[in-house]
Amino acid sequence: MAESFLRLEGLTKRFGDRVAVDDLTVAVARGSVLALLGPSGSGKTTTLRLLAGFERPDRGRIVVAGADLTARPPAERRFGMVFQHYALFPHLTVGENVAFGVGRPEGEGDRRHRVAEMLELVDLAGFEDRQVSELSGGQQQRVAVARALAPHPQILLLDEPLSNLDPGLRERTRRELRSVLRRVGITTVLVTHEQEEAFALGDRVAVLQEGRLEQVGSPFELYERPRTRFVATFVGRASVLSGVVAGAGRVRVAGDVEWPADTPDGLASGAAVSVVVRPEALRFADRGLPGTVTECRYTGARAYYLVDVGGQTVEVEAAAQAAPIGGTVHLTAERAAAFPEGAA
Amino acid sequence: MRGRSRGVTLTLLLVWVVAYPLALVFLESVRGSEGWTAEYVVAFARDGGEWAVLWASLWISVVSVVLAALVGVPLAFVFERLDFPGRRVLGALIALPAVLPPLVGVIAFLFLYGESGFVARAVAILFGLDGPPWRLRGAGAILLVHAYSMYVYFYLFTRSGLARLDGSMLEAAQSLGAGTVATFRRVTLPLLRPQLAAAGLLTFMTALGSFSAPYIFGGGFRVMTTQIVASKLNGDIPRALVETAALAAVALVGLALLKRTEGARSVVAVGKGTPPAARVLARPLTRWGAAAVGWLFGAVLLLPHATLVVVSLVPAGTWTTQLLPPAYTLANYADLVTEPERLRPLANSLWMAGVATVAAVGISLWAGWLVVRRRAVLRRLIEWLLTVPWAVPGTVLAIALATAFSVRAPWVARWVFVGTLVILPLAYLVRNIPLVAGSVLAGFRQLDPSLDEAAASLGAGKWRTLARVTVPLLRPAILAGAALAFATASGDFVTSIVLYTFETRPIAIEILASLRQFDLGAAAAYGVVLMFFSAGAMLVGTRR
Repeated sequence: MAESFLRLEGLTKRFGDRVAVDDLTVAVARGSVLALLGPSGSGKTTTLRLLAGFERPDRGRIVVAGADLTARPPAERRFGMVFQHYALFPHLTVGENVAFGVGRPEGEGDRRHRVAEMLELVDLAGFEDRQVSELSGGQQQRVAVARALAPHPQILLLDEPLSNLDPGLRERTRRELRSVLRRVGITTVLVTHEQEEAFALGDRVAVLQEGRLEQVGSPFELYERPRTRFVATFVGRASVLSGVVAGAGRVRVAGDVEWPADTPDGLASGAAVSVVVRPEALRFADRGLPGTVTECRYTGARAYYLVDVGGQTVEVEAAAQAAPIGGTVHLTAERAAAFPEGAA
Repeated sequence: MRGRSRGVTLTLLLVWVVAYPLALVFLESVRGSEGWTAEYVVAFARDGGEWAVLWASLWISVVSVVLAALVGVPLAFVFERLDFPGRRVLGALIALPAVLPPLVGVIAFLFLYGESGFVARAVAILFGLDGPPWRLRGAGAILLVHAYSMYVYFYLFTRSGLARLDGSMLEAAQSLGAGTVATFRRVTLPLLRPQLAAAGLLTFMTALGSFSAPYIFGGGFRVMTTQIVASKLNGDIPRALVETAALAAVALVGLALLKRTEGARSVVAVGKGTPPAARVLARPLTRWGAAAVGWLFGAVLLLPHATLVVVSLVPAGTWTTQLLPPAYTLANYADLVTEPERLRPLANSLWMAGVATVAAVGISLWAGWLVVRRRAVLRRLIEWLLTVPWAVPGTVLAIALATAFSVRAPWVARWVFVGTLVILPLAYLVRNIPLVAGSVLAGFRQLDPSLDEAAASLGAGKWRTLARVTVPLLRPAILAGAALAFATASGDFVTSIVLYTFETRPIAIEILASLRQFDLGAAAAYGVVLMFFSAGAMLVGTRR
């Protein structure tokens, strides 16, 4: 990260006894999109509010282009924010909403021009005089984006930008949002609890849990090389089995079945580990881990089987009708990941 | 924006105008010219007459609650549950006394049921009596007026409770085998309990502080409010102070007791539902029967106000012994604006109520911002100070302000306001700030805080956010509270009678003066003006 435009350095925020954000350090390159991903209560929204200036950190700094903005009030940060429920001003028209942050020095004509430009950007040209309440949810979301971008912010913050939309509308809005972000080329931080959203919008994704940064990296890195068990299970689907290290790059489960796996450094053979394996890495085979099919979820192209292996349940992706419910099967894994037993 | 705000400035201001004067009443009632003394308190405690008056205030209030409930609750059921012609208009009209200044209701009552009112005249003529058939005097008259004007609290609260009731709960009860009576007793009534408790509390506090009715109709029968004013007018200030302290104590104890029972029993309905639709009465006979009951109720309740309008059209000195006034004229209204002596009280009330209302709005916005937005450290104290004037009878507030601001002692924050232009607007402000603050704070709580944050993230500073976002969004709440406060202040009688001077005499004082000179037309015309203010306030308050 040679050219990091936005840096969060050791950011910490407590609410009473609870540590909402714990010593968080992340950098965002100019023009790139960082997605903060985590379950509810992981501190991602607090982080966004610290960035916006609505909360003040107990420790740490927020630096943009070398300038420390930690103590600046929100109105002076030039951070645009799209709120989860959009927070459009109900008493103003669409045009007045978008014009709200556009400074007076620009003059009335320039202002109108900027509003038109922004509405055009989000594909709502000519909507200036509409009432906010007349708009659909997707349109409101786009107005919120236009309003946040209109004052030429240096950073754009998005709080669960798609959570308020119908599932059917979400994918289209997500594509539109990504194209707007690309065209404007603005450095963006977005918060989401949905992995799919984080992967689709974020150039890099930071996974948070209980206020701490678990891992930050590209979607590919997070999925293929999770560094913690939490990341491995939270990002994408995965099953967890207990096992032991069988040697470098190998684990043993259920006593005698050996699978290839990424093993952590410094764990000797025989050390107890949690083995995390993704459904698509498991195969039905003639030999391997024995188990009983308990459930099958058919999605059309593929089917997902729940297999009981000695009291633990794993999920297997395979072709439809690859195994009958109640049937005995054997499983092999192409690859898995092992994490020290007991670690989160 | 840096650090936690405390709200010290606002708290000090509110303490100065609300808590400090009240505290001074208690303090000065145990202080004589020679320093601390229990002399006046002991004298009060030993005086059986004082105890009788305090007791009268209490029982009058309790009986008023019962009577008001007996009128208001059935009325609410009739108008909420039965559909009959004219239900909407009439239903709104009978809520009018909610915002009518008490004195206006009292004189309307006087013109209708008083010994020379329409009804008394009709009875006298009907039975060929020489004198008036009754004298409207004493506790009975006070209770009648209270029931007649305070039913509106039970009516409005019960209606709002019924409107919020989930119809499926009643259906559930019925499907579980409960009959109509059992459903009412075991489901409807318990669900309405919070509303009934709130209405009861409001009625009790209003009746305890009621001044106009006992003052006009009490005769020899005294309650504490009239007793205090009498002591004050007699120049027996120490006695007035002890009496004021006693009434304030009763009010605060009553408030605390009733608040506790209300809190313990409040029911939170689970889930949202739709209220049962008003039953459309199919059979023409019952339909017209219900309409007749509704209209009869409505007519009886609205008759005093109609009377007021009629009397306001009577030329001075023309109506003597006839049943109906022989002549009608608009001259009384013309006099209000053309005669400087008549215009003066009108102008006084308008500007004093206006200033008080504007100040109340300003303070309420300030308080809302501190309490709801900034969650200031002192927010509980601020909210408490904004509610207290509501719980304290107007007479107590007036005496408290008269005590605090009749002495020049800047080192203890006391200046002479009594006798100046400042005191009445200040009294109106203190007395009505709970109305405005209640409405504005509720509005603030409903505002999405992210709207403020959105404005801030778009570069708007504190004041621009307030002017462009907060105030426009709060406008309905501000208007509703301000309209109510203005109507109440412009018709204020209870604090004015203690604090007015000839120069600042407001409408209510002039109504009293007109009554004393038997200029009924002028008194009624003022009353009608106040009635229109109230109706306007209600219109603003209920518009969405």
